[in-house]
Amino acid sequence: MKLVVVSAGLSVPSSTRLLGDRLAAATAEAAPADVEVVELRDLAVEIAHHFTSGFPGTALSAAFDAVRAADGLIVVTPVFSASYSGLFKSFFDALGGSDPDALAGTPVLVAATGGTARHSLVLDHALRPLFAYLKAVVVPTGVYAASEDWGAEGLDARIGRAAGELAALTRGRAAGRPAPADDLAVVPFADQLAALRRTG
Amino acid sequence: MQFGIFSVGDVTPDPTTGRTPTERERIKAMVAIALKAEEVGLDVFATGEHHNPPFVPSSPTTMLGYIAARTERLILSTSTTLITTNDPVKIAEDFAMLQHLADGRMDLMMGRGNTGPVYPWFGQDIRQGINLAIENYALLHRLWREDVVNWEGKFRTPLQGFTSTPRPLDGVAPFVWHGSIRSPEIAEQAAYYGDGFFHNNIFWPADHTKRMIELYRSRYAHYGHGTPEQAIVGLGGQVFMRRNSQDAVREFRPYFDVAPVYGHGPSLEEFTAQTPLTVGSPQQVIEKTLAFRDYAGDYQRQLFLMDHAGLPLKTVLEQLDLLGEEVVPVLREEFAKNRPAEVPDAPTHASLSASARRNTEVTAR
Repeated sequence: MKLVVVSAGLSVPSSTRLLGDRLAAATAEAAPADVEVVELRDLAVEIAHHFTSGFPGTALSAAFDAVRAADGLIVVTPVFSASYSGLFKSFFDALGGSDPDALAGTPVLVAATGGTARHSLVLDHALRPLFAYLKAVVVPTGVYAASEDWGAEGLDARIGRAAGELAALTRGRAAGRPAPADDLAVVPFADQLAALRRTG
Repeated sequence: MQFGIFSVGDVTPDPTTGRTPTERERIKAMVAIALKAEEVGLDVFATGEHHNPPFVPSSPTTMLGYIAARTERLILSTSTTLITTNDPVKIAEDFAMLQHLADGRMDLMMGRGNTGPVYPWFGQDIRQGINLAIENYALLHRLWREDVVNWEGKFRTPLQGFTSTPRPLDGVAPFVWHGSIRSPEIAEQAAYYGDGFFHNNIFWPADHTKRMIELYRSRYAHYGHGTPEQAIVGLGGQVFMRRNSQDAVREFRPYFDVAPVYGHGPSLEEFTAQTPLTVGSPQQVIEKTLAFRDYAGDYQRQLFLMDHAGLPLKTVLEQLDLLGEEVVPVLREEFAKNRPAEVPDAPTHASLSASARRNTEVTAR
């Protein structure tokens, strides 16, 4: 089973990455998985270039492949201006632009970090709709970690609950997953003509 | 193998002088570039079609007809003709007229166009792009092959007892290429009809181009037109040359850095590493172009984009001298080596007329 963490943390070390790692470890404990981390900081320039040139660079292309092949996805962003960071959104804009179904059916655990707990609804007001649009299956529990949560009780339990939910969905997905769609699959010409006649 | 150039027809300021050519200057420059293409021994000139500023070529057959009158050998083509938003009846008429005037020295390349507002401006919907391409071309294909057409479809008013005039020269429809960068449906369409497939690879990494062409080749064979190796493939390319490669890089960089399409993005070095863009000596252009065969197979048509990024006409004409004198002769020789005998040349009016006559004789017997 393949678990991919997308982290939009900018500092090194970053609490966003730390939260991603904690979630990945807890998920892999519940359902053994290979974990791959995609650090968007390292891809920032290629993401920007993707918008101007229209195709992904080598590293971004590898990140797209990893995310597409994931049985489960953990996405973590810092909260900027009451929402996900621009870099985080840009990565998924670029991914969805090159393959609108890249995340279709993929179980996703949404998580965010911030300086204050007052932004915790970002999970439900920003991240959840984004991944619903991308046709992903968002697990019921999202995890928000404010600065004070790192020294308080409760974060561990939320991580455990969310990881358990993701593990359960991911197990089911890894078992019955259809082969990834071929973006250059043949549509027989007779079918294309017939479809026009039916609607015409 | 055919070598030529294709022009987008953009009016772009020269970033080194800040000067923007007038529309008249740009249109006349496109003509001068086409005439130069013939002079330096190239085979094909293709013009784009656009219906919004900063582009000038909204009326390709007018321009190509004018160029036809001033050339003798050059094949006139398009890159591309908008099969989605043009009326297929008008395409049939306009290009049959061009075919007569040019004594058959023409073909055309179908494309969908990716400028959103052009669709509603012409009464269409971009979400129907693929379907428009399929239905409109199906009609166009019949209009050139059947003297009287009765037709009804989803997107256009029906036709009863319609004859598209003039009839194609010698009863032979112009050869058609289908251009697409990402859509397997268009590769399939080209394969179905046994038409050519042009992949405008100029902004794309090689592995993507390879997959699209393999798809077209395998489906071409599937539909019984020949082996995969006999499918008719065209590729793009864009180059800037000086005899000394450092001079080429130094002169082109200010154009590259602010060019409307690739400027303000990846560096010149990154872009040349990842795409067919070559900025360097004629020898570097030769090497990079020859390498296209490694992933596209033996192919039929190579078109270069030369008048891009606001380069002044004088520079473009110098580029064409280098292309015609130093690059293409070597490419002709090298591409001919080890080319299997069964790989055909790109169809021309002469070759299509000859095979139509052969078929008629066989039927008569």
